[in-house]
Order: sequence, then structure tokens, then C-alpha cells
Amino acid sequence: MSEARKKKVLMFGWEFPPHISGGLGTACFGLTSGLIEHGMDVLFVVPKLFGKEDNDKFKFVSASDVEVNFSDDQFSENLKKISYLQIHSHIVPYVAPEEFLKRKDLDVQELVNNSKNSSAKFAFTGKYGKDLLDEVSKYAVVAMQVAKDQEFDIIHAHDWLTFPAAIMAKEISGKQLVVHIHATEFDRSGEHVNQDVYNLERRGIEAADRVVCVSRLTRRILIDKYGVAPDKVFVVHNGVVAKPKIVYPASKLPNRKIVTFLGRITFQKGPDYFVNAAKRLLTIMPDVHFVMAGSGDMHLQLIEKVAEMKMSSRFHFTGFLNFEETNALFGMTDIYVMPSVSEPFGITPLEAMRTGVPVIISKQSGVAEVLDNAVKIDFWDEQAVADAIQGLLEHPEIAKKLASNGSGEVEELKWEYAALKLKEIYLDLLKNK
Amino acid sequence: MKNICFYFQVHQPMRLRPYRFFDIGTNHNYFDDTVNHEIMRKVAGKCYLPTNQLMLDLINEHKGHFKISYSISGVCLDQFEMYAQDVLESFKKLADTGCVEFMAETYSHSLAALASPDEFKAQVERHAKKIEELFGQKPTTFRNTELIYSDHIGTLVKELGYDTMLTEGADHILDWRSPNLMYENATGNGLKLLLKNYKLSDDMAFRFGAKEWEGWPLTADKFAGWINQTPWDEEIINLFMDYETFGEHQWEHTGIFDFLKHLPSAVLGQTDFRFVTPSEASSFMKPVAKLDVPNPMSWADEERDLTAWLGNNIQDDAFESLYRLEDKVKQVKDDKIKQDWLYLQTSDHFYYMCTKFWADGDVHKYFSHYDSPYDGFLNYMNVLVDFEEEVNKSLGIKIEEAEVKRSVSDRFKDLLPEGFKTDV
Repeated sequence: MSEARKKKVLMFGWEFPPHISGGLGTACFGLTSGLIEHGMDVLFVVPKLFGKEDNDKFKFVSASDVEVNFSDDQFSENLKKISYLQIHSHIVPYVAPEEFLKRKDLDVQELVNNSKNSSAKFAFTGKYGKDLLDEVSKYAVVAMQVAKDQEFDIIHAHDWLTFPAAIMAKEISGKQLVVHIHATEFDRSGEHVNQDVYNLERRGIEAADRVVCVSRLTRRILIDKYGVAPDKVFVVHNGVVAKPKIVYPASKLPNRKIVTFLGRITFQKGPDYFVNAAKRLLTIMPDVHFVMAGSGDMHLQLIEKVAEMKMSSRFHFTGFLNFEETNALFGMTDIYVMPSVSEPFGITPLEAMRTGVPVIISKQSGVAEVLDNAVKIDFWDEQAVADAIQGLLEHPEIAKKLASNGSGEVEELKWEYAALKLKEIYLDLLKNK
Repeated sequence: MKNICFYFQVHQPMRLRPYRFFDIGTNHNYFDDTVNHEIMRKVAGKCYLPTNQLMLDLINEHKGHFKISYSISGVCLDQFEMYAQDVLESFKKLADTGCVEFMAETYSHSLAALASPDEFKAQVERHAKKIEELFGQKPTTFRNTELIYSDHIGTLVKELGYDTMLTEGADHILDWRSPNLMYENATGNGLKLLLKNYKLSDDMAFRFGAKEWEGWPLTADKFAGWINQTPWDEEIINLFMDYETFGEHQWEHTGIFDFLKHLPSAVLGQTDFRFVTPSEASSFMKPVAKLDVPNPMSWADEERDLTAWLGNNIQDDAFESLYRLEDKVKQVKDDKIKQDWLYLQTSDHFYYMCTKFWADGDVHKYFSHYDSPYDGFLNYMNVLVDFEEEVNKSLGIKIEEAEVKRSVSDRFKDLLPEGFKTDV
């Protein structure tokens, strides 16, 4: 190998471990680590650094620390191009706190007029708060300065929040852009898509030279609902971050079987199908316990429903769980169920499998594409879920075999493989330039 | 001569500690000792001690002409013993005056009358025994939790040997009739009923400190004037309220203690009313009519029904889940489990689950330490699951390997991935 300069990726992502709120941050971590292992340089731009990031391994730019110099004519021209960010309707981000539903908008033109011949820094919370779009806009402004200051070969952006920023970086640098779709607006909101978010997604996808997504399921959505040319969109399945094996505490309910749902309690995750399946099973096996861990907009509604079905002494709601509590729950769990209506990928079943828990997953999930040792059902088929739970409880030897084969299978889903695929996509793009 | 009958409900629940899902199987202490202790000391300081002293002074001052009655729940008496011996002593002093009647109720201030006649009777007997031990009087009058009453409950109470019972003078039951008379149980068993005059009771208990109320400021003289307007043919005014009215619901600065201090002399001096205890009233008054109460009523909220405790999905499932355990608990010998069983039945737990006025943040919220009825519900259910396991453990009940009523082998085989199908 020659001592040629490493290829460098300018990567935009809204979150990075340890400060994460969902699977996106984990994916950013896994891919970046994998790319580094494969000999690439990655400069990762986050809205804000929280202080616990691994600065030895990774190179970060914190958008909060970047001073944007507005005297640059190229900037003011480009600022006009993001006037589309003045969005006057309500938007639901993918981690959906209710407060976000109301916000004031950034007037980009005002920013240009007021900031001419001066420079400014911008404050970011880096969260998914009520000023999310404000931050998305500021992040795009900062991206221009980053693109001007930094040397890099290619741009990579994770999900719609970073697309305006990536587009600006492309405008300034002329480098090629890869956008990465971890979830589409259709996955987040069903058919009630937020038009403004959808538009931002489309802009990013159209500006991109390549589109990467996390499953064939998502690829289908991108082709059907976003009109992406099939030869432009590539599937890179997620991996699992290798972690030391944890010893879990023994079950607290030693005589009881526990079936677990863990995820946001929202329509897309299919929690109500889980409740209905529980009802079907409890008529046959009245002493099985069900646990629904997580929070979300359907939380109270489902507590009511479970009570109405008279199952509350066998169906438990834990609320949101932190990392240790999640592990403790998996330690108690006999079967994990993910009945998602639409799941671009779905990392939680992998976490469950790694701890030796057999899983039942919906065919409407990306993760179903990569797993062999799982029971796969249609999310709407409550009877099948109930049958599968009953079967696994009746046949502990099969449950055990699924679990042990499964945990081995998960070990093979490595981020380095995902990163290698990504690297090939980069190199192909750079070669064609 | 007409009569005023004062009755005060004295009750504190054993509040549950925050009990998470992960506590199930590991923590069998369900009650929040710190909070219960704290609240007991707070209420003792603001209400029980000063009010008991004032009552004692008034009884002594009026030389037997000022009389009152209490029902103190067993769960409250237990907490006096644990946290407030001084309060218990002051009630004993009141008992010694001979001017104070202590009534029977369910030990844990429960809704057992609505769930299980057996459990109801067991609790009433246990409470009566406790009252006799502490205060040296065997209760003869009954007051059910939150004045909950129906024809059926009246039957149970009569069967337990009580001749008189207190309940609400609810409009939907009385219609045009007055609460200021004695009624009797509809079944003809002879159980006498004293009905709360909610207008005058609530003037004291709820409206006293409300400056926007037209009756404000309420003085003893003014109240005596209102009492004097009672029609000539009505015999008794039943003033029933939470004892915590004095100093806790109505704070001292509202003047509630001054009002109470002057009330006996105003009544005795300016009206032809005298003070009686419920059993005294029962001894000389005759029922004027039977009262039909097919559905349970209570003294709570506008509705005067059970919806403060039961009726929504979460309340009903919690309540039914609790009483499903009754048969098993009856076989348990373990004292802690028996006591937990009592304390878990306290009506307050179900009151916290009331969603009726949740949005308005009203009186229910004032009495709840939970952020929402759902928090209260989930917390209670977690406790109940652990309690059920403890009962099973105590009885040596093992949950059998699921008894399969129908096998799913065929369909299960179809669902399994390749390589597993032959294992079924």
C-alpha cells in the first residue's frame, strides 16, 4: 500500500455516544468506528459536544464552537438557498417529545441582513427540543464554514436533520454527497407524514450522489414514495456494537414466564398488537407475565386498554428504562417480541438475542432481513404471536436452541462489515468522479 | 328540644412507597414509613392535638352538654400507635369524658362492603375490638367508609348487630324529603339511619375559609342563626365531616378554631338545640320512613356515588385483582401478609386512581401524592403482583408448568424458521 493520504469523510450526525437518544447515535458510532478500522478518516460534525465523547479515537467538530464569518460572499449567496427552511407548520421529529410541536421560525433572510460583515457563533442544545428546526437551520449555516475550513473527500449525512447542512457543505466544497436514511418520515408517522420533513428528506435525497439505507424494506419505501432511482440507493444493514458479555441477575419472579416488549409505545412499534396477543395467550396460559417497557404517546391509552381487558395483574408497564434497567429486564425475560408495523431496521431484538433471549419479530422490520434464528410474524397477526409465545413456552428446548443459535448469529452482525460496504460505495463514487 | 349530632371521620391511609416493576420479588415493604410518619406528625400538629385539646376544654366547660362522635379507622389507629402516641392519649382522654362516642367501621377504611361480605364482617369485628381495647367502649353505631351505604350494606350492618348507621343525605335519594329526620333501612330490618345535612356540614368543612362565598366570614352566631331557621317539624341536624377540617383543610388562620370554640355556647345559648351522640339520637328518635337506596351512595363529590373509587377501567381492574386474592389470603397464617392485605384494601389507593377530574386538578389532586392517577395505578399493581407472589410463597403454591388447554404444535411449526421445524 502506498502512503497515499487517507480518504476523509466529512460526516454530519445529530448525535454521538455516549449522548444518544436512540439507535441513530449507535449507528453513527458503529459506522465511524468501522470506517476508521478500514483505514479511512472521519471528521464527525455534531451540534454540540457533551464532554464524554471519545476524543482519542474520533475527530469531532462541535457546531457550537464554530465561528461563522458572514463577510464571505459565497455564504450570503448560499444562505438565500436555504430560505426553504422557513417552515411555518408543526413538525414531528423522530424522537417525539410533545413540546416540540410548537416553535418559532428562523428567518434566514433576516440573518443574512443582520450578519453581513460580521461573524457569529450559534448555540445548540443538540437535543430534539422545541427549537429543533431552528437548530437544523443554524447547523446548516455552520456547515458552510466547516466545509470551507476543512479538507475532505466526501460528505456523508445521517437522516433529515443534517440534510440541509450536508447540502450547504456540498455547495461550498463541490464534494460528492452520500445521504444515509435510518428512518423515513413514513416509518415515523405512518401515512400522516409531515410534509415539511418529507420535503427536507426529498431535498437531501435529490442532492445526494448516493443514497444508503438500512434495509430492503426502507429501499422499497425510498423508491416507491420518494421516487429515488433504484440504481442510486444501496442497502447497508446495521451491525451490533461488540460489548463484553454481561451477567444478568436471575429472574425476580422465579416461577413465572416473562414476555417482553421494549420500545417506544407508539403506533409504529405495534404495541397494541402485543397487548391483544397477550390477551389471547392469557386465556390459555393465565400465569404468564407481560412487560411493556418504554414510554410514548400511546402509553396511557394502553394502560387503560390493559385494565379494560382485566389483565393488569399480569401485564406490567415499567416506563422508560435506562441501560442497566434494560439489561436487568432482558435478564428476566423469557421471550422478546417486536411487533413493529414499520421498522426500518430495529436494533432491540439484537440486544435481546445477545443476552440469550429468543425473539419474535415482525416481518415488517429491516432486521428480519438479516436474521435466521428468529420467529417471524406479520405484525397484525396477533394469533400467530400468541401461538409463537405458547409454542416457545411449551417447547423450551426449541426456545433454547433459537436463543443459542441467535446469540451466535448476532455476534456476526458486525459494524465493520457495514462500514466496509459503505467504504466501497465511497470509493466507487470517488472513482467515477 | 332539637338535636345536633357531630360526627368526625379520622383517617390516614398507609401510603405506598414508590414501588417500581424491578422491586417486584425483592422488596416486600410496600408502605412509605417516612412519608406516613411525616404526614401523621404534620396533621397531628396542625389538627389532631390542638383540636382534641379544644374539644376536651369545650366538653369540660359545658359540663356534659357538648357531645361529639368519631370514627377512627384502624389503619389510622395503627399509625397513632406507631407515630403519634400523644394523639392516641388525647383521644383516650376524650373517651373518658363520657361525652364522646366512638363508632365502628371497617378496619382499613376499605370498600370491602362492595366486594365481599365475609371480608367486610371480619374487618368490622376487628375494628370494633380495637376500639373497645383502646377506648373502653363497645361501638353500637356503624359508619361505613366515606358514608358508603346501600340497602344491601344496611343488611350486612344489621346482621353484625348494629342498630344505627350514618350515611349521606344525598339529594338523589331524599328528593323533597329532609335529612333532618331519622330514616330506616328499606328492607324493614329496623336499622336506623342518620343522614348528613350536607349543606350545613359543608359550610363548615368546605366553604368556611372561602372569601368569595356569600356566607363568609362564618361566625358561631351566624351559624346558630342558620340552625334556628330549621322547620319546626325537623328534629336533628347531622354535621358530618373529616376531622382534618380543623387546622388541616381549613387552616388555623381562617379562624376555624375560634369558630369551633364559640359554637357550643352559641348553639346552647341562642337556639333550642342540644348536642347528642348518634347512639343517643337512636335511643329516642323514631324513623319517619324507609329509605330506598338500591345503588350505593357516598358523601364524595357532586355525584355522591362510588365513582371517586370505582368505575373507571384502572380502578375496577385493580379492585378486582385485589379481591381475587381473598380466598388465598384467608388461608395464610403469616401476620405481615394479613396486615398488608388489610392496608392494601384502604379506599384511598383507589381514590388516587380516579380520572374524573384529573384534568382540572381539583380536590382529588389535593389528596393524592401521585403525579397522575395512572402513576398511582401502576404503583399499586406492582405492589399487588409482589403481594400475590408472597401469598403464593406463604402457601407453598408453585405456579405449575403452564397447563395447556390446547396445543399449538402445528401452527407453531409453521412459524418456526427452517432448521427448527423438525424439532417440534
